[in-house]
Amino acid sequence: MSDTINVDYSTRIPNNVGLTEDRTVLRALEGWHPGYIDWWKDMGPEGFQEAMVYLRTAVSVDPKGWAKFDYVKMPEYRWGVLLAPKEEGRKVNFGKHKGEAAFQEVPGEYRAMLRRLIVIQGDTEPASVEQQRHLGATAPSLYDLRNLFQVNVEEGRHLWAMVYLLHKYFGRDGREEADELLRRRSGDQDSPRMLGAFNEKTPDWLSFFMFTFFTDRDGKMQLESLAQSGFDPLSRTCRFMLTEEAHHMFVGETGVGRTIQRTCEAMKKAGIEDPNDIAKVRALGVIDLPTIQKKLNLHYSLTLDLFGAEISTNSANFYNAGLKGRYQETKIDDDHQLTNATYPVLKLVDGKITKVDEPALTALNMRLRDDYSEDCARGVERWNKIIEKEGVKFRLELPHVAFNRKIGEFRNIEVNPKGIILSDADWAKVRDQYLPSASDGEFLNSLMKPAHGVGEYASWIAAPKVGIDNKPGDFEYVRIAA
Amino acid sequence: MNAPIKQHLIDPEICIRCNTCEETCPVDAITHDNNNYVVDVTKCNLCMDCIPPCPTGSIDNWRIVSKGYSLDDQFSWNELPAQQEIAPADGHEAIDADVQALIDSAHTGAGGKSVAPASALKPSVNLYNRGNAAIATVTGNYRLTHEESDVDVHHVILDFGELAFPVLEGQSIGIVPPGVDSDGQPHRVRLYSIASPRHGEKPNTNNLALTVKREPRGVCSNYVCDLKKGDKVEVTGPFGATFLMPNDPAANIVMICTGTGSAPFRAFTEWRRRSMPNATGRMLLFFGARRPQDLPYFGPLQKVPDSLLGKYFAYSRVPGEKKVYVQDLMRREEAMLSKLIGSPSTHVYVCGLKGMEQGVDSALDDICRSVELKWQELRDAMRAEGRYHVETY
Repeated sequence: MSDTINVDYSTRIPNNVGLTEDRTVLRALEGWHPGYIDWWKDMGPEGFQEAMVYLRTAVSVDPKGWAKFDYVKMPEYRWGVLLAPKEEGRKVNFGKHKGEAAFQEVPGEYRAMLRRLIVIQGDTEPASVEQQRHLGATAPSLYDLRNLFQVNVEEGRHLWAMVYLLHKYFGRDGREEADELLRRRSGDQDSPRMLGAFNEKTPDWLSFFMFTFFTDRDGKMQLESLAQSGFDPLSRTCRFMLTEEAHHMFVGETGVGRTIQRTCEAMKKAGIEDPNDIAKVRALGVIDLPTIQKKLNLHYSLTLDLFGAEISTNSANFYNAGLKGRYQETKIDDDHQLTNATYPVLKLVDGKITKVDEPALTALNMRLRDDYSEDCARGVERWNKIIEKEGVKFRLELPHVAFNRKIGEFRNIEVNPKGIILSDADWAKVRDQYLPSASDGEFLNSLMKPAHGVGEYASWIAAPKVGIDNKPGDFEYVRIAA
Repeated sequence: MNAPIKQHLIDPEICIRCNTCEETCPVDAITHDNNNYVVDVTKCNLCMDCIPPCPTGSIDNWRIVSKGYSLDDQFSWNELPAQQEIAPADGHEAIDADVQALIDSAHTGAGGKSVAPASALKPSVNLYNRGNAAIATVTGNYRLTHEESDVDVHHVILDFGELAFPVLEGQSIGIVPPGVDSDGQPHRVRLYSIASPRHGEKPNTNNLALTVKREPRGVCSNYVCDLKKGDKVEVTGPFGATFLMPNDPAANIVMICTGTGSAPFRAFTEWRRRSMPNATGRMLLFFGARRPQDLPYFGPLQKVPDSLLGKYFAYSRVPGEKKVYVQDLMRREEAMLSKLIGSPSTHVYVCGLKGMEQGVDSALDDICRSVELKWQELRDAMRAEGRYHVETY
């Protein structure tokens, strides 16, 4: 019998799903592996494949074993297939199959739907690695460089997790989809990644931190609702991925937080009271708070698009079928079928942004997006606490959900961050006040100089309060090959 | 007043509310509101399951308190409260939070909460801290490794003069190098295991010895290795309340170490030699280094009689020879170790570089299997009885 806690390193692919006994899937994955390594070498972090990086690797999925730290070259990282332990007697917890035993195999009627869910989730994982591949060259410290690479290898592992499901449960079309995941490229004209935000560039480190805060948080919400799935292998996969995803949230929240910290400290030291005196603040070699607000506006609004249309029959179907639940479904106190329930949705009615009650089933995207916004708002409050503590008079805020949208109800209108509708002409006049302009981008680029010395940090970012794995400030997180 | 307790807390300034700890906690001691994630002191059993999965390190905070902070206290915090002045309760390794964190991290390889041997004496802990450090005088500093070796390990003797600084074998002291780092902050404290027995390098001297390896960029190790006779050093501690010797002549003591991990075992061996010359329990030392030249105390160890200490040296870098690690020697001594390991009088100590416990663990696993014991179960039981200890850095 296979051991479901300890990772099996006897095969090429570390796993706790008994691959040794499952020769067909093992062979399929071993066949996929070289293509993956080629992809990693082509599209993974540029210029650091030979560096020794202090990374966390899971050696088992129990609390004691899943965070082992050591130096490893990224191409030699042990990507594997790890599922949270099986819960005996787990049931489908929502939709029309509520109360039935959780599906251990793909129900025939839902095959296409389920495959699509897995492919969409899977496609985002390599996409973000591709988006971030040039960042190493301008890392503001070895600590940040290491965090970037940890995020990258874990996105790589998440791809493995989804590819395992495709190989194991979807036969030939699963294998084809798995190959496609390696073929599409972020930002490619002919074969782009599936979702918009994953084709955007990540031009600088503030963008990276914002991306990990906002866009990886969408990933967290999606994974959390897939972890509710009645299809048990998907649920177990996503539950383990969530533990790793938490590190990505951490990189984003503290990355932006440390940037803010450094800005406020430098302002105080220089005696600058007015946070909007951008030229003076920038002259200190730090990022002014209004520019940070603009970056926030951009990444939040791009990420809201990832939740899809507010009203969606697809999401209703996923829910009914028991495949994708709500955020923390089992903690919600209702019938978990939503037969007669309604949910308030912001819509554009007669040219006005209006709250309308819609059937809760078709408004599931909206609900998840609301949960997401609430989660984001709490993080933004943490940033405000840093500003407040430093005594600077400035507050960061999430823009209105209708701001800068390309998908859904508000795709055809322009609003300011407070949600006031603007004419196209008015919007053109104020756009650069609310979203990063070309000159903002140039300024940020001018700061992106590598700080690759041990214990060194770039001018625009504060050192972290605590090291990774409790390491001291002068720890060499990445040994860059000579 | 209630006896002080050690309370687990989460740093609200570092926590990102990812919910991983709440998800992981096996006794549902962790909960949250819109502001903070908090630990219920009435439920938390200090099992440490939540520590490794936390992505931020915010989870790894502890305060010694006479009355635990309530959930409402914790919900209202924007930052952690400072440690109040309070005496440590029995079984606590330290009061200083940074020292406690170092010790907790060093002990994680034991796989669970460390417990002192039942017969161990009660140690004094945290008599001196950064605000109130003990001043010691350097009375000796000798290089221990062969002159040809590029490994530079020093034996440093610190004398406390009239100052009371009571220690037990297995405890550590803290040293903070003078000066500030590149950010203008004081350096962090470093812990060093005491390499001499409780009553000094020679009986009834008020000094102690350290075994310190010079690290290429190590601020503190260079400071200590360069100390001269007569230099004054600020010392905190003593720290550590679990990695201690059984005070029992019948106890078998199996010691497994690499490099400067030998320090506490020098103390153990010396104490048994001096205080229990006719002890019936066995003492065994499995000691790994790259080459004999790199092995601290190589010469003096040769003179320790086998009747007191069974010695097994493993060398991993002798030119022309097969690499041998401590776990290889342990496997070779399977017949003897398998007999010892099943005995309720046997105590096992592992000390050295982080990661070595994994090789040792797997060797013990094999050894146990040869006599149809289950190492994981045995280890957990031994640890709970204070008979299995890991201290790796």
